[in-house]
Amino acid sequence: MRETFVATTTALLDEDPRTALVLADISADVFAPALRRHPDRALNVGIREQLMVGVGGGLALTGMRPYLHSYAPFLIDRAYEQIKLDLGHQDTGAVLVSIGGSYDAAAAGYTHQSPGDVALLDTLDGWTVQVPGHRDEVPAMLRTAARHDDRVYIRLGLQENARAHADAGRLRVLRRGGPLVLAVGPMLDQVLAATRDLDVTVAYTNTPRPLDVEGLRLLAGAEVILVEPYLAGTSARLVSEALSGIPHRALHLGVGRAEIRDYGTWADHARAHGLDAAGLRTSITAFLG
Amino acid sequence: MTVTMLRRLTGDEKHAPSAHSTVDVLRVLYERVLRVSPETADAPDRDRFLLSKGHGPAAYYAVLADRGFFPDEWLDTMGRWHSRLGTHPDRVLIPGVEVGTGSLGHGLGLAVGTALGLRAQGFAEARTFVLLGDAELDEGSNHEAIAYAAAIRLPLTAIVIDNRSATHGWPGGIPARFPGWSVALVDGHDHDQIERALSVRREQPHLVVAAVEAKWS
Repeated sequence: MRETFVATTTALLDEDPRTALVLADISADVFAPALRRHPDRALNVGIREQLMVGVGGGLALTGMRPYLHSYAPFLIDRAYEQIKLDLGHQDTGAVLVSIGGSYDAAAAGYTHQSPGDVALLDTLDGWTVQVPGHRDEVPAMLRTAARHDDRVYIRLGLQENARAHADAGRLRVLRRGGPLVLAVGPMLDQVLAATRDLDVTVAYTNTPRPLDVEGLRLLAGAEVILVEPYLAGTSARLVSEALSGIPHRALHLGVGRAEIRDYGTWADHARAHGLDAAGLRTSITAFLG
Repeated sequence: MTVTMLRRLTGDEKHAPSAHSTVDVLRVLYERVLRVSPETADAPDRDRFLLSKGHGPAAYYAVLADRGFFPDEWLDTMGRWHSRLGTHPDRVLIPGVEVGTGSLGHGLGLAVGTALGLRAQGFAEARTFVLLGDAELDEGSNHEAIAYAAAIRLPLTAIVIDNRSATHGWPGGIPARFPGWSVALVDGHDHDQIERALSVRREQPHLVVAAVEAKWS
């Protein structure tokens, strides 16, 4: 996904003089051609994430469309107040593109992990959050974002589904059956594997914000299960609001709150958080009874 | 005229020293330096002034009203329900205000991005000014912006009002915190000195330290 992001963003910089790229050293090597070709609007500010967002805010104030990129813990967690004030409070936007969300950087430890990025953005108004489940879903997200000035967060990951699915901001039904299991981004294949022989409806979205609450209301019966690749329960408020007034039970699966002080790979962490197919199956069957 | 207007703004006495310390610099900026007026407040190639120290904006409001950016009557209601003027300025609510500020340490980063955006779009005449307080320089975010602007020789002008309000002060004074910037030290009440320091165009970041009475004296 990161390679797709670099290729598409480099092309966007070539095609559209309104676009700008701001880096804080992360991925500066792979963006070297873009930095060289567009010294006025492809910028690397060094290891300064607060400044990266402030610069993005200033560029947007002059009418440009900035793309900001770093590891999720630095881009979102560290620069949270800049995101709140230098973009939202100024009534401007930017396209934030992260890698290293949740436990992708498993071996690097908790300093390089951010399971809470989407929950943090949920404290702010007006953010579109996109979580591609496949690299081929990435270019359209980046190109669409170039055509407006809204606030967009695109969360790139190492884990991918076997196939790309376009969802156009609407929940996409992949299997019809009983209770709804909604998979966000890269969780889809694990959800499909976990529920292969269960009577459930499986739906997919790579745009969890704004959440398609209308689709959720249509698809959810008395039971709904959400599987998200970030902090478990991040979408609980939205599901609760969408189904307000409808008697329902909800299960929210995602990354646990407790820090896992172990290394390994993202797949090891997925297993530890119960987000592999076996773990999901255990949680889902226990919930459905 | 502006002093009379300043007296109309009440309700934020806590920040009075901070506000009144800026009035001369703001007058010089808007009366003699900035290429911006109510008619050109949205022109893409206008000069930009960013008030980073968003607390105590009474002088800022008085100067903007005096220059005709909004009606004088607004000054009488600062901080009240339905007033456009808060005890920190909001760009969405006030014509002529470039950034909404209040939380310290945001204006300089935004100013760097603004100067970069103007340059990228070829607005060679457009200048970017940002006003900070001396205590505000304690915020680490400013140090990120100071170092980067120096490294890329970005032409923008930071004005620091020095009323010695930083809790611990800094060895070497304020210019020592701006390595790689050109520096001018001025009397923060002397309009001609201020104008001279702000009028020079440079191909690198420029710091103007405007000394005023100490906050705690």
